[in-house]
Amino acid sequence: MYPKETPSQTAGPYVHIGLTPNFVGIHGIYDQDLGASPIADGAKGEVVTITGTVRDGAGMVMRDALIETWQADAAGIYPSNDPRGVADPNVSGWARIVADFDSGEWTLRTVKPGRVPAPDGRLMAPHISLWIVARGINIGLQTRLHFEDADNDGCPVLARIEQSDRVATLMAKKTGPSDYRFNIILQGIGETVFFDL
Amino acid sequence: MSQIKPAMGHPAGGRNDARNPLIARDRDWHPAPLAPGYKTSVTRAPQRPLVAMPTTLSEQTGPAFGHGLIGELDNNLILNFTGQPAIGERIIVHGRVTDENGRGVSGTLVEAWQANAGGRYRHKKDGYLAPLDPNFGGCGRTITAEDGSYEFLTIRPGAYPWPNRVNDWRPMHIHLSLFGSGFGQRLITQLYFEGDPLIARCPIVHTIGQDKAIQSLIAPLDMNRAIPMDCLAYRFDVVLRGRRQTVFENRMEGM
Ligand SMILES: [Fe+2]
Repeated sequence: MYPKETPSQTAGPYVHIGLTPNFVGIHGIYDQDLGASPIADGAKGEVVTITGTVRDGAGMVMRDALIETWQADAAGIYPSNDPRGVADPNVSGWARIVADFDSGEWTLRTVKPGRVPAPDGRLMAPHISLWIVARGINIGLQTRLHFEDADNDGCPVLARIEQSDRVATLMAKKTGPSDYRFNIILQGIGETVFFDL
Repeated sequence: MSQIKPAMGHPAGGRNDARNPLIARDRDWHPAPLAPGYKTSVTRAPQRPLVAMPTTLSEQTGPAFGHGLIGELDNNLILNFTGQPAIGERIIVHGRVTDENGRGVSGTLVEAWQANAGGRYRHKKDGYLAPLDPNFGGCGRTITAEDGSYEFLTIRPGAYPWPNRVNDWRPMHIHLSLFGSGFGQRLITQLYFEGDPLIARCPIVHTIGQDKAIQSLIAPLDMNRAIPMDCLAYRFDVVLRGRRQTVFENRMEGM
């Protein structure tokens, strides 16, 4: 028989020691923390800054949340092993972002991704895939960040969400010329849509 | 600027072909998101059902990291903080990363973090009375070899108490983070040690319902890899989500 996937366990309260040690003052082991930015200077496309928080079911801002992000470049090509072509060399597409220990705010500066086709060929809305871990999260949560002012029509993934009012939980709100806000709610009123995919 | 190298890693057409969908996760095998015995999970688990669908390129592609990233001592937690040895039982932790098809996952990043031999983390939020070890940082990383194998040299972490029920203690454990070739394979887990009586009492371990799944997180002592007069060894194999091996399904006519 086939082997089973190794079961997940919570990342725990000290996940930063392993994934962003410099951020928690452990210097000298790695030159720098991985995933500081998903883009380098010269990346093509519209550079945007997205800020947000992660809240739990009690309404508390989670100051220990760690989020990884993965996205295509402005032309909709993924920067690694995309069978359709080679991405913008100034887009790595992956970032590791941590909530501020005091405020719980996180910030992602990146380029807006292009549209990527779903397996059936229909174009998905421009999105950034998020994977959220923290103490109390037993298996990493998958969601997607979209842009409220983008062309999101015809996205087969968003169409899959039965209660269409919940689609709004996946839309980053425009707050300035190149600024967006994306608040994630793990549980309760306004709960963010999470995916099993 | 911190930058991973784009367009390196997993060639199209190989077993990591990003056109192949990932095998669906068995959510009954994984821990329950809401497990009352682990109190923090009660407010951090989604209440609404997950929106389930087959994977797309967004999950089937993922970041790649080159061997060039890894420093010489990165997988040596005994020496990588100050160059002077950390205190504790010296152990090798090693194993193989495979996918659900049983194939080795080569070239993937494995990151580890753990408490020191007294059960204390180098973290401002850890106030446990066991002292810090000035020579122990607590993290390491490596990239799997061609056959998916990896190894760390470290000290066996101590058990530690944590605020949950009045007298809960974590069994000795090492946290591990793995990537695979697709973002949908991303996994964080914990390695436990054969024979630790705290495993059976741990609410975090028991967020997992099936005993066979729990057993898969317990690393057996491996005397074949232990080095006489130097260190013991524990073996921990990791399985990441696999890919369905066909490129013919779910494709629009003519694509
Ligand atoms: Fe721990």
